[in-house]
Amino acid sequence: MAPSEKALTKLLFADTEGRDLTRLSEYEEVGGYKSLRKALKMKRAKVLDELLAADVRGRGGAGFPMGRKASFLPKPKESAKPIYLVSNADESEPGTFKDREIMARIPHMFIEGVVIASRVIGAKTAFIYIRGEYLTEFEILRDALEEARNAGLVGPDVLGSGWDLTVVVHRGAGAYICGEETALLESLEGKRGQPRSKPPFPAISGVYASPTLINNVETLATVPKILEIGGAEYAKLGVEHSTGTRVFSLSGNVANGGNYEVELGTSLRELVYDIGGGIPGGRELKAIIPGGSSVPVLTADEVDTALDFDSMAARGTMLGSGAVIVMDDRCCMVQLGLRVAQFYMHESCGKCTPCREGTRWMVSILRKIEDGEASQGELDLLLNVCDRILGNCLCPLGDAAAMPVASYVAKFRDEYQRHIDEGGCPFHGDSTLDHVMAPVDQHHARIRAEIEVPA
Amino acid sequence: MAPEALYDEIQTIAARYPQRLSAVMPALRLAQERYGWLPPDAFREVGEALDLTPAYCKAVASFYDMFHLEPVGRHMIEVCTNVSCALVGAQQVLEAFEGELGVHAGETTEDGEFTLRTIECAGGCGWGTVVSVDHRYREPVKPEDVPAIVEELRNGSE
Repeated sequence: MAPSEKALTKLLFADTEGRDLTRLSEYEEVGGYKSLRKALKMKRAKVLDELLAADVRGRGGAGFPMGRKASFLPKPKESAKPIYLVSNADESEPGTFKDREIMARIPHMFIEGVVIASRVIGAKTAFIYIRGEYLTEFEILRDALEEARNAGLVGPDVLGSGWDLTVVVHRGAGAYICGEETALLESLEGKRGQPRSKPPFPAISGVYASPTLINNVETLATVPKILEIGGAEYAKLGVEHSTGTRVFSLSGNVANGGNYEVELGTSLRELVYDIGGGIPGGRELKAIIPGGSSVPVLTADEVDTALDFDSMAARGTMLGSGAVIVMDDRCCMVQLGLRVAQFYMHESCGKCTPCREGTRWMVSILRKIEDGEASQGELDLLLNVCDRILGNCLCPLGDAAAMPVASYVAKFRDEYQRHIDEGGCPFHGDSTLDHVMAPVDQHHARIRAEIEVPA
Repeated sequence: MAPEALYDEIQTIAARYPQRLSAVMPALRLAQERYGWLPPDAFREVGEALDLTPAYCKAVASFYDMFHLEPVGRHMIEVCTNVSCALVGAQQVLEAFEGELGVHAGETTEDGEFTLRTIECAGGCGWGTVVSVDHRYREPVKPEDVPAIVEELRNGSE
């Protein structure tokens, strides 16, 4: 894979320069697994206190404080059922590729986080659910885990502590929805990945109807660092309510795409211009998606917004998965809406009607607008469909389609209106997203192969 | 892999999980490696190994994009056309493959060598356009890189 050439090295990636941290020996040279040794000597509650003091919020998208989530699980002695840790490595929010780089470059840090978190909740089995497409990363992780097992860091009697931990890496098979925690659990159990109704929450009834803590890869990879420097010290990084560093995935019309680890509270301008090298080809910045394709868009005027949870909320958007997608002035916002809606239509699991049908209606109306065939009332009809999806489904996938598209209309209404008034796209074929083939459209095509089946 | 070997391998995998049903996806993956896709026999074999009906196995498989319910080419070329890749020219990369292979996205070449399809975000957005060739990412791919990739695969198949 292509590593981020100018990756900033703040905390997680601090020691990667000139080292191959996929190897246990090199990871141990820079203090690897010291935090695990420390955690094994501490009481579980004390380790949890450090996570609570760090105030680290989930790096997967929802931003829920990790320590609090862990505190919702029953104590091992009080639980009639086994307790499980599940790591969500099903990274697939469009624009996001940070967990992939964490698993590829610092897999032991992630594994160490998995082991410590398992210890905190008293789990004897941990699952890592990695997206099926990440084959290379799966292999790196599998090899690192094997090294850790051979060194007694994972498996029976972890480092002589008398505590056993089995870690199972489970590969997905191509379904965005399995990044949603309850869909992931269904998939892990061997079912179609359709979300469950909540409550009960996974902390009470997760995988195999047992108490389960689910955390994102980056969140878990942060745990060893929190124990290394101390929760209170960690909380000094970043800003209030958004502590620590985050690995932002920068992509789109920007000179230096890649993953960059910066302190939370850094401005979007600094990430896009100073670190990312700005907009190439002398083009103008038009819009930025700050947290993956499911979050509302920011305009070029909002580029000074800080990358933290509260600042993004104040702008009506979210930090999401930390995926920053940059669009220059060649991007048609109707085509953007169409492509985003097509993605969610393709990935809707079909369980809830507002999402299953609503995403289809969104695609249909957006296509009419793009093709210049929409009548005057259809822009409001689009917003009406979005409104009827929002908050009406079991999981946030429908919202993930409705929120961004409604924001494109709100912030670029004139551009949408021009399509209707002028009977077509004002970009006349010159937009970067013109006639992009989405997977949802190719399913009509017939696969013609006649392959001999081995006897 | 012979049917008996597949059966045994599935038992080994199932033993890793607290509940055997969890092994259905890894088992389907193994069966697909055997057949190249998932024909009715694959569902029967996976079902027998895990005490499931073939219909249940197919219901699970049909949910996931990486399981193929129809035959596919020996080589799988997948072009990401989600937003980040599309912004930097994914459609042009896709069209270059279409031209080079003589098929549209979603189709397989007449000789059964190549299936070309678009996929949703592959997770390499900062290095677009991402193309997955036989499940290994190539990034970034530009339209001018396409003939060499196809050539490499054609030569490797001989």
